[in-house]
Amino acid sequence: MSDIIKRGKLHTDDWTIVRQAEGEDIASLELPAGRVIVPLPLWLARRDSLLAKAEAGVVGVWLAGDEDPATLADDLLRLQLIAIDFPKFADGRGYSIATLLRTRYGYADELRAIGDVLRDQFFYLSRCGFDALQPKEGKYTRVQLEAALASLNDFSEPYQAAVDRAEPLFRRRPREAA
Amino acid sequence: MYQYDEYDQRIVDERVAQFRDQTSRYLSGELSEDEFRPLRLQNGLYIQRYAPMLRVAVPYGNLRSDQLRMLGHIARKYDRGYAHVSTRQNIQYNWPKLEDVPEILGLLSSVQMHAIQTSGNCIRNVTADPFAGVAGDEHIDPRPWCEIVRQWSTFHPEFAFLPRKFKIAVNGAEHDRAIIRAHDIGLDLIRDAGGNIGFRVLVGGGLGRTPIIGEEVSSFVPWQQILNYCEAVLRVYNLHGRRDNAYKARIKILVKALGVEEFARQVEAEFVHLKDGPSTLTQAEIERVASRFDDPELPPEPAHSEAHAAHLASNKAFATWVGRNVRAHKTEGYASVVLSLKTHGVAPGDITAEQFDTAADLADRYAFGEARSTHEQNLVLASVRQADLYEVWQQARAAGLASPNIGLLTDIIACPGGDFCALANAKSIPIATAIQARFDDLDYLHDIGEIEVNISGCMNACGHHHVGHIGVLGVDKNGSEWYQVTIGGDQGNQAALGKVIGPSFAAAEMPDVISSLINTYTDNRHPDERFIDTVRRIGIEPFKTRVYAEREQRKEAHV
Ligand code: SF4
Repeated sequence: MSDIIKRGKLHTDDWTIVRQAEGEDIASLELPAGRVIVPLPLWLARRDSLLAKAEAGVVGVWLAGDEDPATLADDLLRLQLIAIDFPKFADGRGYSIATLLRTRYGYADELRAIGDVLRDQFFYLSRCGFDALQPKEGKYTRVQLEAALASLNDFSEPYQAAVDRAEPLFRRRPREAA
Repeated sequence: MYQYDEYDQRIVDERVAQFRDQTSRYLSGELSEDEFRPLRLQNGLYIQRYAPMLRVAVPYGNLRSDQLRMLGHIARKYDRGYAHVSTRQNIQYNWPKLEDVPEILGLLSSVQMHAIQTSGNCIRNVTADPFAGVAGDEHIDPRPWCEIVRQWSTFHPEFAFLPRKFKIAVNGAEHDRAIIRAHDIGLDLIRDAGGNIGFRVLVGGGLGRTPIIGEEVSSFVPWQQILNYCEAVLRVYNLHGRRDNAYKARIKILVKALGVEEFARQVEAEFVHLKDGPSTLTQAEIERVASRFDDPELPPEPAHSEAHAAHLASNKAFATWVGRNVRAHKTEGYASVVLSLKTHGVAPGDITAEQFDTAADLADRYAFGEARSTHEQNLVLASVRQADLYEVWQQARAAGLASPNIGLLTDIIACPGGDFCALANAKSIPIATAIQARFDDLDYLHDIGEIEVNISGCMNACGHHHVGHIGVLGVDKNGSEWYQVTIGGDQGNQAALGKVIGPSFAAAEMPDVISSLINTYTDNRHPDERFIDTVRRIGIEPFKTRVYAEREQRKEAHV
């Protein structure tokens, strides 16, 4: 069980993130019991046996920064959870992958940020379409995470269009000429 | 210049609150050093050799008199009484305390200023021609477009953690004074055959360790689509730029690796999805932004002021200053004035709190309350009545802002270098001041004529040494400071990278090296030929030969 932020609220979560250890064979890797988020290569290798579980909402897939979201294009209606991994918080590829999943491929279910996920990036992450934010185990106490919810609203009227507000400020609000 | 509306103001106010909270979490130990670093960098805050350095954004170099006064106040109260104009038109403080920074940002926001994205791996301050809106050779005013790019790039959620920093410049004049070819994206405002406004888009220019001149990826993007197009460029870069090696992470390396055709193809493939989307600009938005610039109505003036002509005839010092520091204005009877921040014995681009105040007074009295900062590290009063030039000169001179050296050898562009910057291989300021001391004879300086000398303390090239007619780069040789010299670089329409003339020099040799280069030029020049033109005509060989021959002679003379 870990504490995460989901749709702007604190939430206790029971998904397990499966990471492939070095040298481990994805074909034979035993999946833990309960709900699991598996790496894309594992999903691709064992897709046939996992599809039903994905549809039942007990298997999700996570993407690394160098993986193309187009690979999942055919599965987007079946998957109820896709995660994107941030190996380091300053590695910003995940922001573009999320944007593409939401806007180009129309993925509508849970999109979760995992890995080095920090509160000072919550605002940007949620703007790019992440509706679930999962900091590393033990990174924040529940109290700290509660306080971090405020970061989601750091800026009340951002200038540009993104996933959360599909229109830029100049289309959303009347702005006055001088 | 652009006046904030309530939304602009709210965003900078919210930024101050956010950074105040981040700083206090850092000081209490809740945020680690590594976690805080990118946050403070995206607010222009470096930890330097002696203290933090705070870089304040001056969007495309535009300043108002109240902002100049505030910059002076901050210099006095939180620094050591001066600040520094950077080669990207920003203002830097070298001695603020970290604890004071939220306070300083609060003061800046009270005059519609900030330090947002002046550093870090994000879209940086957009730069432009300091003579925008008043230059005679301008076909389209770049400022409203700069402001539109500024707003779009401010806290862009998808592009806050790029592989590396990202710089955009806009040019709308015949002569490119914004060095758009040396930017990650260079936007050239043009009209198509039907007279429609659009942008020629250059990508992948940049100085630094691997200097590259930007290449054209689109010959014409209609203005309505420019943000969509920039988004496509940024997305391709964000997803595919290298992140394994900071020296190979700029977009120029990606463009080189893919080849410009393939890069352009990928951008196009992305752009087709974005084209005509919600970020497409509207005529109403352009007009709204342009209207907020609130440009002064210039009262009609006679084309020639008799009083001005009389001063020119009777005062040689004034005439010299007008010849060098005053530029033609598109409106009859007006001129643009460059206030020189290149005075003997002072680091290039340094400005004291008192000089900020004087510049503000001059702006209020004679220039409709506005000023500009330039990438050559000077200030500009864009619109001054010809009839007022004499008074402006007198007051600027009293404040040490009227060295008549704009475009001359002593108008040196130099980064802060080893005196302040933690990344430096070598100092740059003492080299600049030694060269200024060597060439302090004004008549000789004018005889040498136009020449650009650029000095950087390391490969990062903040002093733009590659595009200097003479470029000086600090290098580290076994722990001591040496200087490599290039000649033949140029910025603007004929942008070119300088060539290295040979082995590097010790600091003490530098004034002699410059003398040898200048003497080669004066011996070989044709009438009316600038240094750079002579280098282009005769090549670097004669310069090189003389520099090293005279170096040998000096060595022998010492034995
Ligand atoms: S060129 Fe190098 S030494 Fe100079 S300011 Fe930039 S990083 Fe510092």
